[in-house]
Amino acid sequence: MALLSIEKLTKSFGGLTAVSNVDILIDKGELIGLIGPNGAGKTTVFNLITGVYAPSYGTIELEVDGKLVSLAKKKPYRVTKLGIARTFQNIRLFKDLSVLDNVRIAMHQRVGYGMPAALTHFGRYFSEEKRLVAEAEALLDVFKLTEKKDELAKNLPYGEQRHLEIVRAMATKPRLLLLDEPAAGMNPNETAALTAMIAKLRHDYDLTILLIEHDMSLVMKICERIYVLDYGVVISEGAPDKIRSDSRVIEAYLGEDVSAPQDGEA
Amino acid sequence: MGMITKKNILILLSIVATFAVVQVLRTMNILTNFHEITLALICINIILAVSLNLITGFTGQFSLGHAGFMSIGAYTCALILLKYPTMWGFLAGIIAGGIASALVGIIIGLPTLRLKGDYLAIATLGMAEIIRVIFLNIEITGGAAGLASIPRIANWFWMFFFAVISVVFINNFIKSSPGRACISIREDEIAAESMGINSTKYKVMSFAIGAFFAGIGGGLYASYFFFLKPNLFGFLKSIDMLVIVVLGGLGSLTGSVVAAVLLTLLTTFLQQFTAVRMILYALLLVVIMIFRPKGIMGTSEITDLLGRIGRGKGRVE
Ligand SMILES: Nc1ncnc2c1ncn2[C@@H]1O[C@H](COP(=O)(O)OP(=O)(O)OP(=O)(O)O)[C@@H](O)[C@H]1O
Ligand SMILES: [Mg+2]
Repeated sequence: MALLSIEKLTKSFGGLTAVSNVDILIDKGELIGLIGPNGAGKTTVFNLITGVYAPSYGTIELEVDGKLVSLAKKKPYRVTKLGIARTFQNIRLFKDLSVLDNVRIAMHQRVGYGMPAALTHFGRYFSEEKRLVAEAEALLDVFKLTEKKDELAKNLPYGEQRHLEIVRAMATKPRLLLLDEPAAGMNPNETAALTAMIAKLRHDYDLTILLIEHDMSLVMKICERIYVLDYGVVISEGAPDKIRSDSRVIEAYLGEDVSAPQDGEA
Repeated sequence: MGMITKKNILILLSIVATFAVVQVLRTMNILTNFHEITLALICINIILAVSLNLITGFTGQFSLGHAGFMSIGAYTCALILLKYPTMWGFLAGIIAGGIASALVGIIIGLPTLRLKGDYLAIATLGMAEIIRVIFLNIEITGGAAGLASIPRIANWFWMFFFAVISVVFINNFIKSSPGRACISIREDEIAAESMGINSTKYKVMSFAIGAFFAGIGGGLYASYFFFLKPNLFGFLKSIDMLVIVVLGGLGSLTGSVVAAVLLTLLTTFLQQFTAVRMILYALLLVVIMIFRPKGIMGTSEITDLLGRIGRGKGRVE
């Protein structure tokens, strides 16, 4: 059974069909790329999976304990609880909060104390808070951000903000991680480092990853399969070698500088 | 980490010291009746301001209806006190007032907290007006004439006690995981939801806790000033509370306490200049907001400063 199965997914905004009849299957443990020119509908697919938008048509199902659960009418926080986490194309950190708080907030759904302890700081408050900080630091360590845990998120350099978004998503303990252009705005060195980090995360945390990216060096290097969207439609799907030589893909990208992405909607 | 830190001991000592100083002044008869009333008002305003700050400053939900919650606590406590004019009646009244107010907060919060910004402000304003009109028109609360001769059991001790309790509980809440969930909603609601935060639940929770303490403030008011009428809890009262919160700093409890003390003193002081009172008041607000646009304290707390003086940065709470 696939971990995530998307069938005939369609989303219209007024007259514009941003996503049209999209089928995507992702098995547990896969690292899948989702590419396509600007405005192809990639971010919209993420917003549909995570419940930010409701589909106009079609189904999105996640395997949970051997059963398929529909995500179509679930609110974003419920989707997250089921094990899907994401980053945003336009960074959406809690800017005025500390790095540590950004991560701790994402752990909230796994906190083992209730309102009485929250109001009085009795009971399990201190032991649980201690555990949260330790767990958060362990995750921050992966991206060497532990030293900066007391800094405000908005004061981090751009690249580290992107890293912190990944750490924050990881803090929800996802099974499926959705990364929306994680390498946007990074130089080739940073992109190479990030590529290695993503591969490591996937291995260490037993993750399944769906990745939107304009940087072909990253996509071709680590993705096992790639879906290509154009005008909301999947025009090609398969291994990197197949995608590279697919005439429809080349045509869709013709005249596009794929290494210089522009920012779109969140 | 734990309950017993230098910081907490320092805070406890300053609370005890404040109470002791006032107590000594009282026994030496240096404080007049007028002073005592001002002190009581300060405590009530602190309770209302920190509870509104939880809703507006920390959770980011713009509320113009705080006087409505206060009035529910006030009338509930008054009615219980009139029936049971004892200390236990008083305490039961205060708690019942808080609970009644929190329940109304939940009932009103569920539909209105879907609204954002200005729309929410207008909805909460409307809610407070509806509550006021209800109190104006039902018999049990004495209609426009109000309730008089409410047993006066609240005294300086109880005022101080409940003010401290309110600040401590709300401060604890903010420094807990559910509190951080509320703050994340203020920061970015879509990101918060994507991190697993049920935004509706935490908005309503913050509204309910804020309403609970506003209800307690109302109950204290009823018993201390022993007279209630619906027009005490009009639109202007909500605005007064908002002014304290904004002036102190949205997202700073210390700021709310400081601003509650300052503005209560100022209002009492300005009472001698009836004619120019409102002009001076407004002028002062404008000047402060020009020089400190984020309020007196911004989002920092006295404990941040203590931490810096104490053992340096990096302390996690
Ligand atoms: N909330 C919305 N309302 C109206 N139109 C929208 C909305 N969100 C996206 N669109 C439109 O849907 C289309 C697909 O947008 P989407 O952001 O999914 O593209 P994308 O593939 O992520 O592009 P990019 O590479 O630029 O990020 C675009 O034409 C966009 O303008
Ligand atoms: Mg996009």
